[in-house]
Amino acid sequence: MRIDSKGRIDRSRPLTFVFDGTSYAGFKGDTLASALMANNVRVVGRSFKYHRPRGILTAGSEEPNALVEVLGPSNQTPNTRATMQELFEGLVARSQNRWPSLGLDLLEVNDLAAPFLSAGFYYKTFMWPRRLWEGLYEPLIRRAAGLGRLSGKHDEGTYEKAWAHCDLLVIGAGPAGLMAALTAARAGVDVILCDESSEPGGRLLSDEGAIDGLPAADWVAGVLAEMASLPNLRLMTRTTVTGAYDDGTFGALERVGLHRRPRPNLPRECFWRIVAKRSILAAGALERAIAFENNDRPGVMMASALSTYLNRYGVVPGKRIALFANTDSARNTARSLMAAGVEVAAIIDPREDAAEEPGTTVHRGAVVARARGRMGLREITIRKGASETRLSVDCLGVSGGWNPTLHLTCHMNGRPRWSADLAAFVPNDGAIPGMLVAGAANGSFSTHGCLAAGAEAARASLAALGMAAPMAALPQAEDAPYAIAPLWQVPTKKRAWLDFANDVTTKDVALSAQEGFTSVEHMKRYTTQGMAPDQGKNSNVAALAVLADATGRGIPETGTTTFRPPFAPVSIAAMGAGGRGAGFAPQRFLTSDRASRDRHAPMIEAGLWYRPSYFPKPGETTWRESCDREVMMVRSSVGVTDVSTLGKIDIQGPDAGRFLDFVYTNTFSTLPVGRVRYGLMLREDGHVLDDGTCARLGETHWLMTTTTAAAGLVMRHLDFVHQAFCADWQVRFTSVTEGWAQFAVAGPRARDLITSALGRAPGLPFMGCSDVTVQGIAGRLFRISFSGEEGYEIAVPTRYGEALFRDLIARAETMGGGPYGMEALNVLRIEKGFITHAEIHGRTTACDIGMEKMVSAKKDCIGKAAAARPGMTGPEREQLVGLKPLTDSPITAGAHLFAQGAELTRENSAGYVTSVGYSPLLKSHLALAFLKNGRARHGETIRLVDRLRDIDVLCSVTGPVFHDPEGEKLRA
Amino acid sequence: MRLTCPFCGPRDRREFHYYGAADYLNRPGPEAAASAWDDYLHNRDNPAGVTQDLWYHEQGCAAWLKVTRNTVTHEILAVDAVAGGAA
Ligand SMILES: [Zn+2]
Repeated sequence: MRIDSKGRIDRSRPLTFVFDGTSYAGFKGDTLASALMANNVRVVGRSFKYHRPRGILTAGSEEPNALVEVLGPSNQTPNTRATMQELFEGLVARSQNRWPSLGLDLLEVNDLAAPFLSAGFYYKTFMWPRRLWEGLYEPLIRRAAGLGRLSGKHDEGTYEKAWAHCDLLVIGAGPAGLMAALTAARAGVDVILCDESSEPGGRLLSDEGAIDGLPAADWVAGVLAEMASLPNLRLMTRTTVTGAYDDGTFGALERVGLHRRPRPNLPRECFWRIVAKRSILAAGALERAIAFENNDRPGVMMASALSTYLNRYGVVPGKRIALFANTDSARNTARSLMAAGVEVAAIIDPREDAAEEPGTTVHRGAVVARARGRMGLREITIRKGASETRLSVDCLGVSGGWNPTLHLTCHMNGRPRWSADLAAFVPNDGAIPGMLVAGAANGSFSTHGCLAAGAEAARASLAALGMAAPMAALPQAEDAPYAIAPLWQVPTKKRAWLDFANDVTTKDVALSAQEGFTSVEHMKRYTTQGMAPDQGKNSNVAALAVLADATGRGIPETGTTTFRPPFAPVSIAAMGAGGRGAGFAPQRFLTSDRASRDRHAPMIEAGLWYRPSYFPKPGETTWRESCDREVMMVRSSVGVTDVSTLGKIDIQGPDAGRFLDFVYTNTFSTLPVGRVRYGLMLREDGHVLDDGTCARLGETHWLMTTTTAAAGLVMRHLDFVHQAFCADWQVRFTSVTEGWAQFAVAGPRARDLITSALGRAPGLPFMGCSDVTVQGIAGRLFRISFSGEEGYEIAVPTRYGEALFRDLIARAETMGGGPYGMEALNVLRIEKGFITHAEIHGRTTACDIGMEKMVSAKKDCIGKAAAARPGMTGPEREQLVGLKPLTDSPITAGAHLFAQGAELTRENSAGYVTSVGYSPLLKSHLALAFLKNGRARHGETIRLVDRLRDIDVLCSVTGPVFHDPEGEKLRA
Repeated sequence: MRLTCPFCGPRDRREFHYYGAADYLNRPGPEAAASAWDDYLHNRDNPAGVTQDLWYHEQGCAAWLKVTRNTVTHEILAVDAVAGGAA
């Protein structure tokens, strides 16, 4: 029901929205909750376990009942708090956890079965027989319980993540936060002020207080106006700080577009990481409930929420309201309601010394014993001593006191302490390094207390930042003492709710204690109290008090549960913003990428790179046809392929040769200028790290090539070796991988192609290199081969890569050649027995791959000592061999090798296959494999078994080099 | 977590690559006993308290850093360049 004169909604901007298929009207400035309330919608959801009708309980992010699904064009956002969802034109929302409808929920039968669904019912009921769990119990429970549903479709919404840095982060823009941020910003430091509401002000907007003699909301407006003029202050509304992490890092979730009609490119949410030198937690306090019989009936809500709905949204949930409170704060609610013309039927105050309240009846020393009204409160029972009286009301505001919102102070293992005066937990100093807690979050509940604490926290933070802060006069505000007589539950034999979201009652907690789960952490898990989306914000302290009662211990002895991040739920989509689809990983494209795609080459991923798989010709229908043709093309004429993905590290300095001797197993310092050498690199533990060629371009200038896969790893390794062990050597190096486009030209006509492209004969011996001019461009030429044919690699600066690639291919095609892709490249290197990271996979030693002679005896190198250790060499290890099936049968990488006749057990595995390919040259499938004592077993027949793919083939063991073992073609 | 690189200033931990204990800096000589190599390569303390480990400013200046930190309190006590003679 609307109250005409009240609220901060914009009545000139009516909006329509849909809830459960019915269209309603609201105003700009409403939340979904306030608009439903204005339309007298009392039941907004069904409870988790018992499917009891539930109404709105709070006006904030702690709401446990009013959880809805918000339906967008491509999104269905479950568990949205109606109390946080701002209204916009066309909003469509749906209640959750009911079937078929809110009014008629057939699963409400669970409520009748409550005796069987008490604490621990999962454990007791569904344990045995175990085999029924997956098939029957779990699906059944999941259908009956559970909260909102997802759409099952991809979330096509836009999300962002971002960083922000500041001197001071102020969390919460109530009186303490506003005062703190203003004081600090006036002193000139960089301030970020976050508030989770759409509008700063906190309780100043909800309560009708006065500051400096003016309505508090006017003071807020003045502060905001000044803040807007301060460029060093950033105000982030709709932003919930969700976690406090090491070294002043905070997580925060901003609702960027959730309060507006969706439109393309409008982010829904942004996940912020905020780095702050200092922080002030001014998150306020949350009012807590009192448990009594049927206290979950729709219409029973928090007293402070009544004030918020009245003063912010101009709406009340009933015509005849009662209040049940053990503090004075609910008196303000009563006065506001009465001043707005709403009938306050009674105030039930358990304190014997409670004051009278003009305009209504105060029942001193009394409690509310029960509520009635399944689909909406009709009546309460007031109990005083032994007498009970009934009172007809349609709304009851409850206040059991206030819990400081100290959650963030627990995120780094801090524990709050119990304050008997406040009957609440308060944070300990220093729980988060650099953080001060101010205002209600620290247990100062008066407006004056909040303003003073905010200013003081700002001054202390400024001092820590090395800034002097002038004392300024505080605005005048009320400073009422906080008087509370703790009351957690009204005794009953029936059910009284503690955790509305997870349907946990006082009986469940008592039962937990009775069954031995007396530790708060055990109670929580046994009853599931505090494990719902609200994470126990509404129930933790009360549940703890009830547990303390049940076990006869005090609350401080009983302890408290740990609050962990996030403070409020964070959507995975926001945390993973940008990581969907192609955003999951960066993409690296070769300069030849377009030319390859022009030729319809399917691209495959190689790390982050995209490389052409093969270049199909008209009429070719399978990749194998193209691959076989490309292999034969290289073997018979000439092929061109882009090898720019290989890592390239430019190394310079007088000690460069010495450095290479230290990182490679073999010697480089003796290599003449203009020559290239193959090198092997070990990890310090003796296993192979990487291999590749290294060219001596000048007396003190080298160019190292790494494999594609290990380019980053090798760079990191070189940096470590240099900085840790020989930082004083005169050597410097940098990655130039991105700087050069490099193409392999291979085949009997490779020399002709290079001659044609350069306009002169290359004139290089095998493993030679030189600077060249390629059609006017300064480039480099290397005579190296990864195919076993005469081969060259020609490099030009990246910007000329595409042009050179197209040029080389055009020339190759006049010679019967052309481009070849990764598939052919792989077959060529298997035919030639060249290894890749399929072979040097991290567990192979130099000896395993037959390169033990490359570990120089004349010098130390990384990995040399470990490579010589027992177990790193010798015949008991698996050694690199070639395999050729005896029949024309495909073979697979990953298959295991067994002696003929051996039982196929893990223990009998004699090795495994690392690489396979079909050789059109040898007309056979070929494999590279590791076989125990393999070098001594050439000529043997071995059984290759792949049980995953049903392959069982006899193979002959050979040397790993199938093609041109003498290397005559390379050196031609 | 944030580390203050001596060359780049305070940066988020996402810019750094973690390697392992600072023991990796104390490489035995080539003639050292097998047990020395064992210790160097494999044997590590797991202290509750102050520890030193190696981080690489991979997305920054490429400096290897020796970080002294407290595993209990998460305090970062010092960040030194490995090449500065810390070895
Ligand atoms: Zn750096």
